Amino acid sequence: MIPAAQPAASARVAAVWEVLAGVPDPEVPAVSVCDLGIVRDVVEHADGVEIILTPTYSGCPATEAIEQDVLAAVRTAGLGPVRVSLQRSPAWTTDWISAQGRAKLLAYGIVPPGPVAADTAVAMRFIPRARAAAALNCPRCGSAATQQLSAFGSTACKSLYRCITCREPFEHFKAL
Amino acid sequence: MTQSIELRASADLQYLLRLGDTALILAQRLGEWCGHAPVLEEDIALTNMALDLVGQARAVLTHVGELEGRGHDEDQLAFLRDERDYYNVTLVELPRGDFAWTVLRNLFVATWAQLLWERLARSSDPELAAIAAKAVKESRYHQRHAADWVVRLADGTDESRRRTLAALDALWPYTQELFEGDAVDDHAHASGLGPRWADLRDAWQSEITAVFGEAGLPTPAASRFRSTGRRGVHSEHLGHLLSEMQSLQRAYPGGQW
Repeated sequence: MIPAAQPAASARVAAVWEVLAGVPDPEVPAVSVCDLGIVRDVVEHADGVEIILTPTYSGCPATEAIEQDVLAAVRTAGLGPVRVSLQRSPAWTTDWISAQGRAKLLAYGIVPPGPVAADTAVAMRFIPRARAAAALNCPRCGSAATQQLSAFGSTACKSLYRCITCREPFEHFKAL
Repeated sequence: MTQSIELRASADLQYLLRLGDTALILAQRLGEWCGHAPVLEEDIALTNMALDLVGQARAVLTHVGELEGRGHDEDQLAFLRDERDYYNVTLVELPRGDFAWTVLRNLFVATWAQLLWERLARSSDPELAAIAAKAVKESRYHQRHAADWVVRLADGTDESRRRTLAALDALWPYTQELFEGDAVDDHAHASGLGPRWADLRDAWQSEITAVFGEAGLPTPAASRFRSTGRRGVHSEHLGHLLSEMQSLQRAYPGGQW
């Protein structure tokens, strides 16, 4: 797992990181933008603070909302002037979701992603359905008797499952 | 009405527009399923994939605008070009058809796209490489979704199999355009911008053969028909699609959300 860049020594930068840790993701408010690994760096310039964000999915409609939320939070905390830059490379991966973020997702009822295996990231070949989906444990009752209903859930980053044992539906944050 | 923009598309820009426009036009077709898919989960899945494709198209078109250097942004490029200045493959502009048609087309396009993005992640153009590194992961999910449905429908009921075979008959000839070679491709290959699409053919064919094997679908015979969308010469369907897609920006020039 590649950790997000660590805050530099400056007190202002540290304060910005602290504010960002309290900015929820608009689609999955249980986790902060820092938990998701979207905030790549905070840099202090002579004319203000620059926050470097990385988009999750190409078409994620939350990207612009996240930008606005981040700017508003830092300004409200009196740490501006502040600007946001989007950085595409290296591409965001679910491996950047922190351990704390994973625990919060699970508590929220979303099964966190497993590691993005190096081989599946490169070699993407057709896999018949029966062998495709790894078994997940139900976030409510813990049963391993679960079933994927749809590869796409309420957002592109999640898929839909159901638990055969407790009969409850749940979501899974897909590895990407 | 807002006047159309005229694009001075060099070989490199054409190569990029083929990619960006193919994503954009397929996104528009998939978006047409919103509220119409057979079940809610599939409605959500198709529109989620459309969003991924819109995101990819936005990134590529923005980059095209920067490279062209005449101040065109993603919206102007998406909404103010005339039909002949779109370079998407004809396959994606064909009407959305039924669900079997949609998932089979998605299988053909997503398989091609993941192979192409995979190679573009090593492009000599760092911005394109960054866009590709993200998009390749999305295409993998698109391909898996489509392949899964093609197998279920082809190996399902008599009705679902009949419809899948009908879609295969109609769509197969259009897939050949994905692997035609020309000067634009050769130029991209020579400069390291991206692969010649023809070089993806064997890998694509082997993926499709694997899915067809599981689905019990025959590989249709080769056809001499060649569609020409990526040279800007389109079927009658693109004009209708554009008139709808562009209507807002044409009626309210410069309008923003």
